Amino acid sequence: MKAMAKPAGVVASAARKTLSGIPVEPVYGPTDIRGLALPEPGEFPYTRGIHRSMYEGKLWTMRQFSGFATPEETNRRFLYLLGQGQTGLSVAFDLPTLMGYDADHPTSEGEVGKCGVSISSLEDMEILFRGIPLGDVTVSMTINSPAPILWAMYLAVAEQQGVDWARISGTLQNDILKEYIAQKEYIYPPRPSMRLVTDVIEYSTRHVPRFNPVSISGYHIREAGSTAVQELAFTLRDGMEYVDWALERGLPVDSFAPRLSFFFNAHNDFFEEIAKFRASRTIWANAMRDRYGAKDERSLKLRTHAQTAGCSLTWQQPYNNIVRTTLQALAAVLGGTQSLHTNSLDEAYALPSEHAVTIALRTQQIIAYESGVPAVPDPLGGSYFVESLTQEMEKRANDYIRRIDEMGGMIPAIERGFPQTEIANASYEYQHEIETGEQKIVGVNAFTERNEEAIDLLQIDQTAQQHQLEKLAKLKARRDSNKVAQTLDTLKKAAQGSENTMPHILDAVRAYATVGEICDSFRDVFGTYTETSVV
Amino acid sequence: MNMENRIRVLVAKPGLDGHDRGAKVIARALRDAGMEVIYTGLRQTPEMIVNAALQEDVQVIGLSILSGAHNAIVPRVMELLHEKRMDDVLVIVGGIIPDEDASELKKRGVAAVFQPGASLEEIIDFIRTSVKQTA
Repeated sequence: MKAMAKPAGVVASAARKTLSGIPVEPVYGPTDIRGLALPEPGEFPYTRGIHRSMYEGKLWTMRQFSGFATPEETNRRFLYLLGQGQTGLSVAFDLPTLMGYDADHPTSEGEVGKCGVSISSLEDMEILFRGIPLGDVTVSMTINSPAPILWAMYLAVAEQQGVDWARISGTLQNDILKEYIAQKEYIYPPRPSMRLVTDVIEYSTRHVPRFNPVSISGYHIREAGSTAVQELAFTLRDGMEYVDWALERGLPVDSFAPRLSFFFNAHNDFFEEIAKFRASRTIWANAMRDRYGAKDERSLKLRTHAQTAGCSLTWQQPYNNIVRTTLQALAAVLGGTQSLHTNSLDEAYALPSEHAVTIALRTQQIIAYESGVPAVPDPLGGSYFVESLTQEMEKRANDYIRRIDEMGGMIPAIERGFPQTEIANASYEYQHEIETGEQKIVGVNAFTERNEEAIDLLQIDQTAQQHQLEKLAKLKARRDSNKVAQTLDTLKKAAQGSENTMPHILDAVRAYATVGEICDSFRDVFGTYTETSVV
Repeated sequence: MNMENRIRVLVAKPGLDGHDRGAKVIARALRDAGMEVIYTGLRQTPEMIVNAALQEDVQVIGLSILSGAHNAIVPRVMELLHEKRMDDVLVIVGGIIPDEDASELKKRGVAAVFQPGASLEEIIDFIRTSVKQTA
């Protein structure tokens, strides 16, 4: 292993390539975009944005991903953020909830409320949204394997509030393919999991038409170490897989495609990130029109949320993270995102403190109201460099998509470890570049300090787990256990067949069956998945 | 010491945390540095980890935890190692471990805690030095 390179006196940029390995020329000029036929913003294939007026019409939604400890505490954080000017909610669940375990499951020991809010039952969901009118606030939920269950709980709360499901809007992540590829929060094997995803898409199309039933995600793929090109390609190809399954279900493409939504990372290589967002719209619009014959304009327009790159945040000199987040957020806005989460400065240590998340929100507000950037759609349109990068990313991503098509689709590709291997290789190479100093990380391998000041961190102790356990025990004692058993039985039968499981999940949830109990019913029917690790 | 003289390391992901980027990079780097590495994969219980360590006759266990559950998981691993008279196995931990918790873990016998930003070189050197000392 080579010794780490010492930083130069004058820091020049690293190797002449983007983080994805796209070569960067010394200078760009008109010849680089000769023959470029650029659409207008709001015009197919939407490279320049999906709306003619973009942010002049409506700013991106400021939607901070939040959740920790108990539903009571998370509810307080939600109300705080809404009070500080956030314009949409986004729920982070704890690992037990994400993995379909209740707070009282042995595997949940020590994990309850640590990475997100603990939700075991409808009662927890009711507390979570206390004082929050679901007809007026849009909610995004980052949940995948148990997504139908948490969504059912959300719908049940809306019902309790007297809100018509036709009015509510929000997003369910519900993107199981990237779990096998990157985030690893799978429970069941791929095909039954895809069935559940499709159940949600179908049910949503029919009963909750303003809701986005999937958030096809590249964020996690990127966090796992992929390049921007891989993030782009694997995300869009995952999207195509969902389209295939929904079509197979018999849903006409224009009935569901308008509500497919996306979620990209906003990482460090500023112009490459902007190009990535632009290329994503181009590729998707072309695929929806030519591959799937979609006719409705809304089916062709890629809508996305973005989050600044968690993996870029450093433990060392944490205040630097404010700067990183700002640049990344700016890239996402210049890229035309519809919704944005900005990370907090302390996230290499812990979940965001109130102080840190406020700065993160202010970052968005300053970009929105002080920078002048949102005044014009796609301000970098026509830039020699950005247009070259956009075209190059489109080409490289399409190459990957073709390769995955040749493998028979994303599920066969996952089964043979293809995206996982690409990610593992990219992440190892990147780490090597950091080790040698070829890639400088300020504060970590360049411009380091000793004796840094400590920062105040959010503490989540065992009282959250204790509280949840007590609540759950009381719930189980007072609910009608016969009803619960009955609903679970009906659900299992539905799972064994091919009908849509959503109505049965709703019945179970209304009877206060827990996340764990419903997931266990599915585990019994579908089995569980064990991955073959790719190092 | 095994016949090949290569240091044997078990890299493990305990608990529900599925963030395996770091664990995989480390496993690969240790292999490239000439060690014999067994990567357990995800969702390992402390029992599974200690059993694997015993079966594979490793000198080092590397635990990767980013979920905040380290205070529940790591002491349990140390307990089990003690029960099985495997106290000579070097245990190192990586991930999101605050300083106060890192001190506590070291009191329980963890040899080193590598927080974010630790270099591969640092980790490799630590293992090489530490294992030589206990040989």
